[in-house]
Amino acid sequence: MTMPDSRRLRTRRRLLQAGGALSIVPWLRVGAAAADLPDIPALSAFLAGRTPRSERVRLLLPQLADNGQAVPMKVVIDGPFAPGPHVSAIHLFSETNPVPEMAVFEFPGPVERIEVESRLRLANTQRIVAVAAMSDGTLYSAVAEVIVTLAGCLDGT
Amino acid sequence: MPDARVNVPDRIPRGKPFEVRILIRHPMETGYRLDEVGKPIPRNVIRTFTCRYDGEIAFSARLSSGIAANPYLRFFVTARESGLLAFEWQDDGGVHGSDSVAVTVV
Repeated sequence: MTMPDSRRLRTRRRLLQAGGALSIVPWLRVGAAAADLPDIPALSAFLAGRTPRSERVRLLLPQLADNGQAVPMKVVIDGPFAPGPHVSAIHLFSETNPVPEMAVFEFPGPVERIEVESRLRLANTQRIVAVAAMSDGTLYSAVAEVIVTLAGCLDGT
Repeated sequence: MPDARVNVPDRIPRGKPFEVRILIRHPMETGYRLDEVGKPIPRNVIRTFTCRYDGEIAFSARLSSGIAANPYLRFFVTARESGLLAFEWQDDGGVHGSDSVAVTVV
């Protein structure tokens, strides 16, 4: 069945609009992924029912790590902090490592630039969660997934 | 051979955060590995790390086996006065390590 020209054009326009919306989807998913945190008992225990806001924290990890023995990690909390609450601690949780509480970085006093870098040991492909605790008790979080090709716990060296 | 390498900028503007980098020589033994005869190698991980700026704690970390061997840390500390940054850490074996570096605030 043929459509009248005007209607076909409108459908085409709608299709293009839908396509445009779809192209934003991967970007949107990043935000959504941060909201749904992986199910880590240690993380749930730490949160104790609180829900961190998935903003301000940037957890930077390579998408693919050839070797889980040393995976570069950088976590940044976006300022400015003064005169509001400052970052008091950053907690790192691992989804599948034998020890889920990877590290806690603590800042007793306000620092205007919150950026911590280290190298992680990852047992296998998993998601890492960073939770920033502010001095007023507010929590912010971010999630990053790393695909690990060589497990960090098996290497005999 | 020293146990750690520390790096801070040469001259630091007062009141600004400055970068501190430290690399500690330590196996961060997970406790999951076996030696040549199949005996588990006991876990030995740096548990606590503290950075003091003129005696006051400026940054601290609690680490686990999830941190790679020869742990590297990079963080920021707010510059106040010229003084001493002192680092301290302790592992499962109860071994204390320490290092320090002078900072020049201008």
